[in-house]
Amino acid sequence: MGHLIPQSIVPYVIPVICAVVIVAVLPLLAGYIVLMERKVMADMQARLGPMRVGPHGLLQPIADAVKLLLKEDIIPEKADLLLFWFAPLLSVTMALVAYAALPIGPAFQIADLNIGLLFILAVSALGIYGIVFGGWASNSHYSLLGALRSAAQLVSYETAAGLGLISALLLAGSLSMKEIVMAQYDQGVWFIWYVPIGFFIYLVGSIAETNRAPFDLPEAESELVAGYMTEYSGFRWSLYFLAEYANMIIVAGIATTLFLGGWLRPFVSFHDHLPGTSVELLDALPSLLVLGVALYCFYLAPKQPVKIQKLFMGAVGGLCFLLAAILAGALFAPAPVQQGIHGAFWFMAKVFGYLYLFLWFRFTFPRYRFDQLMRLGWRFLIPLSLVNLITLAVALLLTREWGWNLRLTTILSAGVTLGVAALLLKEDDAGSQMQTADGE
Amino acid sequence: MSDSRNPGTSNVSTTVLGADEIILNMGPQHPSTHGVLRVKLKLDGERVVDSECIIGYLHRGVEKIAEHRSYQQFAPYVDRMDYVAAVSNGLGYCEAVEKLLGTEAPPRARVVRTILTELQRIASHLLWLGTHALDIGALTPVFYCFREREEILKIFEKYCGARLTTHAFRIGGLQYETYDGLEQDVKRFCDDFATKIDEYETLLTENRIWVGRTKGVGILTAADAIALGVTGPVLRASGVKWDLRKAMPYAAYDQYEFDIPTRETGDTYDRYVVRMEEMRQSRRICLQAIENIPSGPIMARIGKVLKPPPGEVYHSIEAPKGELGYYIVSDGTTQPYRVRVRPPSFVNLQAFDKMARGALVADVVAIIGTIDIVLGEVDR
Repeated sequence: MGHLIPQSIVPYVIPVICAVVIVAVLPLLAGYIVLMERKVMADMQARLGPMRVGPHGLLQPIADAVKLLLKEDIIPEKADLLLFWFAPLLSVTMALVAYAALPIGPAFQIADLNIGLLFILAVSALGIYGIVFGGWASNSHYSLLGALRSAAQLVSYETAAGLGLISALLLAGSLSMKEIVMAQYDQGVWFIWYVPIGFFIYLVGSIAETNRAPFDLPEAESELVAGYMTEYSGFRWSLYFLAEYANMIIVAGIATTLFLGGWLRPFVSFHDHLPGTSVELLDALPSLLVLGVALYCFYLAPKQPVKIQKLFMGAVGGLCFLLAAILAGALFAPAPVQQGIHGAFWFMAKVFGYLYLFLWFRFTFPRYRFDQLMRLGWRFLIPLSLVNLITLAVALLLTREWGWNLRLTTILSAGVTLGVAALLLKEDDAGSQMQTADGE
Repeated sequence: MSDSRNPGTSNVSTTVLGADEIILNMGPQHPSTHGVLRVKLKLDGERVVDSECIIGYLHRGVEKIAEHRSYQQFAPYVDRMDYVAAVSNGLGYCEAVEKLLGTEAPPRARVVRTILTELQRIASHLLWLGTHALDIGALTPVFYCFREREEILKIFEKYCGARLTTHAFRIGGLQYETYDGLEQDVKRFCDDFATKIDEYETLLTENRIWVGRTKGVGILTAADAIALGVTGPVLRASGVKWDLRKAMPYAAYDQYEFDIPTRETGDTYDRYVVRMEEMRQSRRICLQAIENIPSGPIMARIGKVLKPPPGEVYHSIEAPKGELGYYIVSDGTTQPYRVRVRPPSFVNLQAFDKMARGALVADVVAIIGTIDIVLGEVDR
């Protein structure tokens, strides 16, 4: 490679490849997350979900994408043309730029910035401008109300979510995403076990930040039709959609990296080997899991009603089989390759687990009202995260200065924080009752 | 839209807007106005300063049609008013004409009518629960509600062949004998339904968000409710114990034991609780009724051609949404001289402005949902 391209470009080759892969794969991934969402929703609602396009609706995302691309491009007459055109672009660009610092496995990262987390938070917060501009440019009341709600919501919950993240930062002592994961490797435990409340705060904050139910007020269908996206259609609309799902993956990636051990497999400190080899027992898990999926696909294939669907299901099974083979083969490859492939697998598995929580909440909870949302943010989550931070800092001080057991001190800190949470909830109930009385 | 198109109604558009106020048109094509209701809201930020319901988008002239049909021919039309509770509409109309004729349906017909009408009440409340929860953002209950409603519609289909606009009853009784196994079907449904309704309550009743969204929202005091002529669950949630099934029994309701659930505050949460309890009571009535369906004829002896004596009659029943009344004037011919319907949705909708003032936009959809309107009935 060295003699084909100038030396000065070499360090950029791998990041560029990574970037191209992300930009190419992300829309597809977003499409399949939508399919997953619809299937999970169907499962919880006693129905089947998409079943028509491809076996079990597996080609539905492709069909949807084609439909969106072919749709007529409608711009309202009184819209602000430039902003209307620019807004979805801004949203989706900022969502994609944030991926630059996200480590999907130890090998697959575009840039390991020493302020990685700060960069991701800053860039993904810029995406809100796309929503505000879009709501303004549409020149419609529904869009404007949606955009206003979105701006207020992001400002409130970004604070709480950020404070939640700091609890993990205190434990890691670094802002670099890679360092944070390595800190969890060194300490032999995921940070969620030390700071469960920090994780909970981030979970709630991240749902609100990505405008997902029960905090989906900016696009509340039953109130604001589609909020800031009301006047958008076709490809522009799909850009917003892509941005929303890309942001979901980003926040899931942040949570995975900070609280769930990033690309590390479960039980990182467990090192039993398969008898007679250098392969660790638990490293065989990914390939076995994927093999299971492959076998299930092969089992389903003959049951499909049409021949082409049989073939397609078989092909999906074959693909999973191939993936399982790659994962198994990686066990015997050099260590960096093995860690890169398995790391990516575990990272994605955790991201999807986190996204499943998002979906679960969406189909279970009614939607908050705007004033309730603000009250929850400012009067419950932010005080709680501050208390959480202070108690955690005290716990760390006790551990580092006086050598107390970290597990013990973090449990104590979580206990104190939970007590405060109960107090806050009680006060919140009293406050809301008082407000009702005022209303009368 | 200019004021001239809605003369005399535009209190919202004729008032001068303040500096921070905007007018927001909700509907007639809005996801949660339950059909083609149009609500004009004057907003200060997200707070409703003033509101106005604009109706008539589904006006079909049902009352006028009645003047050109014979009494029997008009019966299927009433199903199209409150189309989610067609059986109740039919019962009200058939009983009103029977009263005009001076006759009564035989006991067997009256018991079967009671069973089907109570099943219809459950079906109507299920539809309300599902869509109301959907408006407030809970996506899942609507599918569970439709699952149970399907069972009721299957019973209707087995009985009379239709599911939605059933035309299940005839003037003077029933056209069809009950099918074999009606009692078992109803019993099976009632047995399952007891656990199903608990299931809905686990999703909503004590959910912090649900309580937060419904408690204290859209309060209607008993005095206001009576002044506005509001009836049905909305009235009972305000603390007025008024139910035509007890107050002026019709069909076979005097034979069965059931309670009238009431609440005190009259907010959206209370209306939710009242309707949930009403479904339980309807189940109770069905279970009592299938125990003992009297034998005998299903049709009173009335002629093929109905010529009621000249005169007028008003008969009202407790439909799922409130008092459904029929005022019929006969001039002694085969066609009614005038039919006037008192639809519960139309009257209850009057309370909207009272409930919505000072609420937030998000509350508006909760309030529209909690009144439980069907536009087919509002506009007729």
